[in-house]
Amino acid sequence: MSEEITAVADHHHDDIPKGLSRWLFTTNHKDIGTLYLWFSFMMFIIGGAMALVIRAELFQPGLQLVNPHFFNQMTTVHALVMIFGAVMPGFVGFANWLVPLMIGAPDMALPRMNNWSFWLLPFAGMLLIGSLFVPGGGPAAGWTIYPPLSIQTGMGMDLTIFAIHILGMSSILGSINIIATILNMRAPGMTLMKMPLFVWTWMITAFLLLAAMPVLAGAVTMLLTDRHFGTHFFDAAGGGDPLMFQHIFWFFGHPEVYILILPAFGMISAIIPTFARKPLFGYTSMVFATASIAFLSFIVWAHHMYTVGMPLSGELFFMYATMLIAIPTGVKIFNWLATMWRGSMTFETPMLYAISAVALFTVGGLTGVMMAITPADFQYHDTYFIVAHFHYVIFCGSVLSMFGAVYFWLPKWTGHMYNETLGKWHFWLTVIAFNVTFFPQHFLGFAGMPRRIPDYAQQFTEFNMVSSIGAFVLGFSQILLLINVVRTIKAGQPASDQVWEGAEGLEWTLPSPTPYHTFVTPPKVS
Amino acid sequence: MSGDHGTYYLPDPTKWPVITSMGLFLLALGFTLNIHSVAPGPWVMLVGALVIVVMMFSWFGQVAGESEAGRYGHQVDTSFRMGMGWFIFSEVMFFAAFFGALFYARIFSVPWLAGDEVLWPGYEGGWPTAGPTGANYIGPDAHEPAAGQFSSIGALGVPLLNTVLLLASSVTVTIAHWALKAQQRGRLAFWLLVSVVLGFAFLYFQVGEYMEAYQHLGLTLGSGVYGATFFMLTGFHGFHVTVGAITLTVILVRCLRGHFSPDNHFGFEGAAWYWHFVDTVWVGLFIFVYIL
Amino acid sequence: MIHSRLRRLISWMPRALVGLLVTPGVALAEWGLNFPRPVSPIAQEQYDLHMLITWIVTVIFIIVFGIMFYSIINHRKSKGVKAAQFSHSTKAEVIWTVIPTLILLGMAIPSTKALIMMEDTTESNMTIKVSGFQWGWHYEYLDHGIEFYSKLSTPRAQIKGEEPKGEHYLLEVDKHMALPVGQKVRFLITSHDVIHAWWVPQLGGKKDGFPGFINEFWIKPTEVGTYRGQCSELCGKDHGFMPIVVDTMEQVDFDAWVAKQKSAAPS
Repeated sequence: MSEEITAVADHHHDDIPKGLSRWLFTTNHKDIGTLYLWFSFMMFIIGGAMALVIRAELFQPGLQLVNPHFFNQMTTVHALVMIFGAVMPGFVGFANWLVPLMIGAPDMALPRMNNWSFWLLPFAGMLLIGSLFVPGGGPAAGWTIYPPLSIQTGMGMDLTIFAIHILGMSSILGSINIIATILNMRAPGMTLMKMPLFVWTWMITAFLLLAAMPVLAGAVTMLLTDRHFGTHFFDAAGGGDPLMFQHIFWFFGHPEVYILILPAFGMISAIIPTFARKPLFGYTSMVFATASIAFLSFIVWAHHMYTVGMPLSGELFFMYATMLIAIPTGVKIFNWLATMWRGSMTFETPMLYAISAVALFTVGGLTGVMMAITPADFQYHDTYFIVAHFHYVIFCGSVLSMFGAVYFWLPKWTGHMYNETLGKWHFWLTVIAFNVTFFPQHFLGFAGMPRRIPDYAQQFTEFNMVSSIGAFVLGFSQILLLINVVRTIKAGQPASDQVWEGAEGLEWTLPSPTPYHTFVTPPKVS
Repeated sequence: MSGDHGTYYLPDPTKWPVITSMGLFLLALGFTLNIHSVAPGPWVMLVGALVIVVMMFSWFGQVAGESEAGRYGHQVDTSFRMGMGWFIFSEVMFFAAFFGALFYARIFSVPWLAGDEVLWPGYEGGWPTAGPTGANYIGPDAHEPAAGQFSSIGALGVPLLNTVLLLASSVTVTIAHWALKAQQRGRLAFWLLVSVVLGFAFLYFQVGEYMEAYQHLGLTLGSGVYGATFFMLTGFHGFHVTVGAITLTVILVRCLRGHFSPDNHFGFEGAAWYWHFVDTVWVGLFIFVYIL
Repeated sequence: MIHSRLRRLISWMPRALVGLLVTPGVALAEWGLNFPRPVSPIAQEQYDLHMLITWIVTVIFIIVFGIMFYSIINHRKSKGVKAAQFSHSTKAEVIWTVIPTLILLGMAIPSTKALIMMEDTTESNMTIKVSGFQWGWHYEYLDHGIEFYSKLSTPRAQIKGEEPKGEHYLLEVDKHMALPVGQKVRFLITSHDVIHAWWVPQLGGKKDGFPGFINEFWIKPTEVGTYRGQCSELCGKDHGFMPIVVDTMEQVDFDAWVAKQKSAAPS
């Protein structure tokens, strides 16, 4: 013990550890946030590369580049990598960086566990991506890994199951940390209803994670025992039911959808008021809308399963409950519009991203309403219409918001302004290419193209070509983001402490770049 | 940076999390290799498990040391409590998935299959059942069933005894807690020891029950959806009892070494909460798996 | 080949744009922008609902975008606007909670009616059992004692690109199934291995076939013709290669078809 105490005495405020061990062993929320964000970006590139394999194969009818089994592995692993590797860790990265700064805390509540939640991820990632290289290949049953199809695949599926277990652990530990930080570490005077909306949305997200991730872990555990230990959970011959997996999976899966979007709502709610130079409209209703979306997310899961042959009463219940979600979601969108209304707006890159996230998320939300309508969904289900829908929601809602957030907070973190011209190029290329890629997919769905097929009938050719071209532009545009971020970290115009004229909140009261340790003595919030 | 920054204890950089993650990775990888009979599987698993055991001693030891050195203020204590509370909540949801499977099978899938005269003519359902192609159920505690038959474990034998053991251990842990708060170290150690013994006794009977099921009742993991849910729920619970009992043992050792004080004993309480949780789940199991 | 496609694509784009803007409904279908023409009561119901909600969400979309763009154009700093400082209005909040609720109610009523109609498999004239398998379909006409398998008939060479692709590339099978026009046909769907979903868009929505369980749906074709569809639940490597082709025909032709199947049957 005495050794440690002397070590402590040697440490001073910004005596930052050096080298690899800094990143491996760090307990600092900013370091861990940075790790999460780089990990997320790496996964985003890997998952994106898989998407390009998919789009390249779909450029024209016929089998050109890959065989159908590998194609299925690509769709499956693309989704898993993007959801569990890119979007979720990206959000946790922002939470790590921002939650302590926004509530005036010296660090996360449980710093060692914080390190653990991060370092679980690369190992889970190795299992997941490594599964592509084992005999029999990776999981090829879609990211929803429905049995009995997922019972058929080889070793890759087992690695995926364990990857999901470890990813789930990481999410649960991360959520516990975020909840404890928010509930226990707020500066004096920072009451719950004074917290920035990003903190609120993350706290609600953390509750969703705590309730949903263990259920997924349970589902894949049963899958594992069905695969190898002779159980019959999902086998009718033994009294089980493949459909049971779908119910359990989507009980996790629907809250998961909101896990992937709620923190983005918080980011948008920080960015729009800043550049409109006007307070966020309807803060209280935003908080309640978020909470009601979270609650509803637990009673709508079967809308992913309208075609499985549910009893009529079940279909009606899930249709009505799903339609209800449109109401709080609408409230949020209208609140953002009202925040912009009669503001004094400027359109720097973060604002462009936030506005486009709202606009295009609205497209995804509206197609979501269409799919809530059960009878019509019998036609939409498992077509490209749903592919378009969830990319509008997850790419536009979540990823565009994160892009905006990177540009928004990067000057604060690094002390340097990013390159605005490059940022705008990144924005326009991304948004235009995204729409070129995914808007035509709505029509493909209407026209009857099923999803998850490596080859298609000829009437779908044109739209698929457009979509593939868009996808490649979209993918390669992301190099601009990388260049911009690296340049900003290394050099760039010095940023002021306030950074943005309209910025408000505790994090903007700190110097830019933020010192290694902040709010060691809690600030007073009036 | 420790201690010297404000009031909240911020720990130094630590190597244990990344090592633990590696251990879990090896464990998972080894397990997968094992399932597929790839040669180094068991060794990889063993290394992974060893890493995790070493981590537990070192990491938890460090935390216990810091706690006894008085580094943790009231606020850190609250963080720990919240952490443990929400962790238990996530465990509840984990069990919920398996209970969900049980209810789904009993309420939906088995009656549906029983009502299906096209695919499964002659299947009558009921509970316990091993499904339309599985073994026939011949009532509880029927020893040495013929081929194609299976029995189940009646509620009133070992399961009832185990219920009593576990409920009693929850009471004794609480008595130990009172003793800790009243500074009665002798009583604390005694009642904690009793709890640990009760916990391990539970496990002993549980293992016996499994052996009985496999050797004499024809009830295995493969006994259709009944066998699957029975062993998954009781097995997962048994795993939690094992973890809980080991934790209580560690806490007992710490008590004997003079750790914990009336107002600083989160470690004790965390273990006790976990124990009560395990106990509560058992009550649910006893009702839904054994009685109903 | 790619070249001609791209050329077609370029010539097609302005048409599509015009189509999007001015032509409602069915005409869009010809360019693959909308549902194919419905030929059964369920498909018709789905089509009508689909058009209704598409228009509703389009209008909402235009309103939201209109407000947003008005604001973006007019409320900018470069125009010297000073930011207002209002941050809540209970009246506004109530309005944009109540109005969407009413719209949703308006959508829920026809949807509920359609759903009840779709789920009513009673009073059918005949029953067909469909079983998916990896990778094809097995049909059993329970009232006629006919059964046969139906699999993809597109030659491998076309898929590999070694031969020009035919008109019904990937949407052709070795043995079509037949349905009589005007008869309510009840389908029982199941599977031999993994989950499949039987879907012919023009005849109405899809239904999953689960191994060991039976799902029901019904179809009442209204027109004579040939209709094509595909499996729409991922079922493994050849999921994209298990199409469905249905010939609908007048009752007399159907009876003749049945008789022919029976005489051809090996039993």
